[in-house]
Amino acid sequence: MRTARAMYRYDEFDARFVAQRVEQFRGQVARRLSGELSEDQFKPLRLMNGLYLQLHAYMLRVAVPYGTLSARQLRKLAHIARRYDKGYGHFTTRQNIQFNWPRLVDVPDILAELATVEMHAIQTSGNCIRNVTADHFAGAAAGEIEDPRPLAEIVRQWSSLHPEFSFLPRKFKIAVSGAPNDRAALKFHDLAIEIVRDGDGRSGYRVFVGGGMGRTPYIGYVVGEFVEKPDILAFLEAVMRVYNEQGRRDNLYKARIKILANALGQDEMRRQVMLEFEEIKKTGTLALPPEELARIQAYFAPPEFEALSDEMPRAEGDFADWLKTNIAEHRAAGYAIATISLKPIGGVPGDASAEQMEALADLMDELGLAEIRVSHEQNLVLPHVRKKDLPRLHARLAALGLATPNAGLVTDIIACPGLDYCDLANARSIPIAQTISERFADLDRQHHIGELKIKISGCINACGHHHAGHIGILGVDKKGVEFYQLQLGGSGAEDASIGEILGPGFGRNEIADAVERVIGAYLELRRDGERFLDTYRRVGIVPFKNVAYGEELHAAY
Amino acid sequence: MAAPQQMLTANRLKDGAVLYWRGGDWVESLTAGEVFDEPAAADAALAAAQDFVGRNLVVTPYLFEVREDICGIHPLKEREIIRAAGPSVRADLGKQAPRRSPAGNPKSDDRKEDRDYVI
Amino acid sequence: MPLIRLDTGARSGAFVEDRFFFVPDGKAYPEEKGAIVTLARFQGEKDNLLAHRALIGVRLAAGDNPAVLKNDLPRLAAVVLEFPKFRDGRPFSWARMLRTRYDYRGEIRASGDFLPDQLFFMVRTGFDSFEVRQDFSLVDFDRALNEVSLAYQPSADGRKTIRELRAAR
Repeated sequence: MRTARAMYRYDEFDARFVAQRVEQFRGQVARRLSGELSEDQFKPLRLMNGLYLQLHAYMLRVAVPYGTLSARQLRKLAHIARRYDKGYGHFTTRQNIQFNWPRLVDVPDILAELATVEMHAIQTSGNCIRNVTADHFAGAAAGEIEDPRPLAEIVRQWSSLHPEFSFLPRKFKIAVSGAPNDRAALKFHDLAIEIVRDGDGRSGYRVFVGGGMGRTPYIGYVVGEFVEKPDILAFLEAVMRVYNEQGRRDNLYKARIKILANALGQDEMRRQVMLEFEEIKKTGTLALPPEELARIQAYFAPPEFEALSDEMPRAEGDFADWLKTNIAEHRAAGYAIATISLKPIGGVPGDASAEQMEALADLMDELGLAEIRVSHEQNLVLPHVRKKDLPRLHARLAALGLATPNAGLVTDIIACPGLDYCDLANARSIPIAQTISERFADLDRQHHIGELKIKISGCINACGHHHAGHIGILGVDKKGVEFYQLQLGGSGAEDASIGEILGPGFGRNEIADAVERVIGAYLELRRDGERFLDTYRRVGIVPFKNVAYGEELHAAY
Repeated sequence: MAAPQQMLTANRLKDGAVLYWRGGDWVESLTAGEVFDEPAAADAALAAAQDFVGRNLVVTPYLFEVREDICGIHPLKEREIIRAAGPSVRADLGKQAPRRSPAGNPKSDDRKEDRDYVI
Repeated sequence: MPLIRLDTGARSGAFVEDRFFFVPDGKAYPEEKGAIVTLARFQGEKDNLLAHRALIGVRLAAGDNPAVLKNDLPRLAAVVLEFPKFRDGRPFSWARMLRTRYDYRGEIRASGDFLPDQLFFMVRTGFDSFEVRQDFSLVDFDRALNEVSLAYQPSADGRKTIRELRAAR
């Protein structure tokens, strides 16, 4: 395979921009340590570089733009984990990686090391436009209209240190996808762009606005039905300006664009965005010329696919199990998309050790794979694997403890760091994921249950996407004790829906039983071919409510 | 009802490490920290901690509730139990992690280390 | 309050004497200097003000869209945009609109609560004067303006974007 470019590469301008930003932050840290800056003054500055102070220590969130990493970058992340942290990193639901133990004094050096592999932590926090996320199968999935990552890169550049939109009412999350199957949870984003075709077969952008999770979840709606490609940045600025001007600044919990989008209503939102859009277009400075789009697209050229047999290698045992769930259909014959589960039974969802990251980087080199993806489901993805290489890939992953055959199954659980790490959390998430994972460890049972997405958040901020879980679990604090609410029927896919709260919360030791009872009810109620979500949508919440609390518990409520 | 016992905690500025107040200074482990029986004493310590904030040594000092008995000090909230120990899902991380220092009397070693690298 | 005026070409600043005097509502205008008035007062006394004073500035609160001044801008020597809290980023939009949509060439002054580290964004969106605290140093000002020299997106400062720099290579 000829080495493809596969991903964006910094030129001297990108490199200098990031280098300047690193030195700026180095100066800010020095001024903080010397006392020239107070904590109040420093906090917004460190947050704009992804540096939090969490429960145990600082936490550095590093951007993985649209979830794409090279082997070289993965090796650097492993190096940082080992040299500056405690030997591991945590992949998040926003396709970022978090280091949980960096020292403030080391962070400028960490950022300088990241810059050597064209990475940064710019805008991974703060009330600005955050790291842009994308379909983790981008450029590889069968049925895709266009790879959305060139657009994501254009949005990344446009939004980096945007002088007008760095102090928004609240954070702003953008996702992009180029496929009819939504793997990027578009409708749960502040703004989302879907690449679509019009009646004449031309591609353009459908823009959603106003989705979100948190305290008040909303499904986003269409604000631009078909935005012409050269107009997309002007359109984005129009939305941002309406939000910057009118988003609420009096109440932290009502400051996201979803609240404004809902208050204005679809028609008024569209009217205002179109007014701004027309004004911005007049100046012409934001037009995206086709040559510029083509220039960026060239970076993301797929590998030159070899003419290979499309037949799957003969499979049995563990390998056959893995193929059943962790392989997705590729656009090219003879190739497959492989999901590397970061959800070993009883493990911490999304964690990877420095050794695993390094070994994966070696494996990528060995198999000639230019890139690896981080998925919002906290797994990794190898987008362009030759089918004939799958047995070798599986064997190597198995040796690394990375071949758990559970993608999309009940043990492929999303969980935020929760109270084990997070300063905002009300309850732990990870131990709940571990308990449920162990409870359903039996693979036959997992396959019998079929596709089921469990998503767990340790507080109302919903980093664990519980609103979008087929089964969502929300941790709450009741007088210092952890409780867990169940939500059913959410979906982050193209059929997006918000889960419905089942009823009163469960105790730490009751929640896995409740989940098991709910799943048991589904197995009794389901018709042929129905996923949990389908059955739920057909029968509603009542049958699940009846069983979830069990006899004894039910009496207590 | 008597007021609950309290302790004072903060993070060290330069590395973020969790610290506990003891006698006008900071230690790294909860068990070595000072328990205040009286709210007035706790408030006085919190006020005194502002000096360390002003000198850019610690950030975000705050009081939390504990109960001290013959077995030791028990934070009342799960959050503070986890903060004092480390992630409940990784016994090898945080303050609960086994020390790598040479064998010896672990208790007196702990104390000594706490006193040695405070701020 | 000390006032820093931007030297656009040099990307540095200098303390200057304020040409204006802020006249609170209900107070009389000073004889000598220009007058900065609130939006409400300007709207109430516009004809009189514009007829008798050479230097007029209007002070806008963070929630005031400068579109309301659209027709009067050619006669205004300054527009003051207030930051009630540094987190309130609305004035960045107002400044940029004044420059790029209404082609306003007069002074755009920042007032209120802002951080030195925001000056880069302020200059980019079109601010050119800054009311600062007594202890503010010009070293900080120049540093904040020059730490990052590159910009990906067009704004109101006329700076060449990275895309333009690439094309000129």
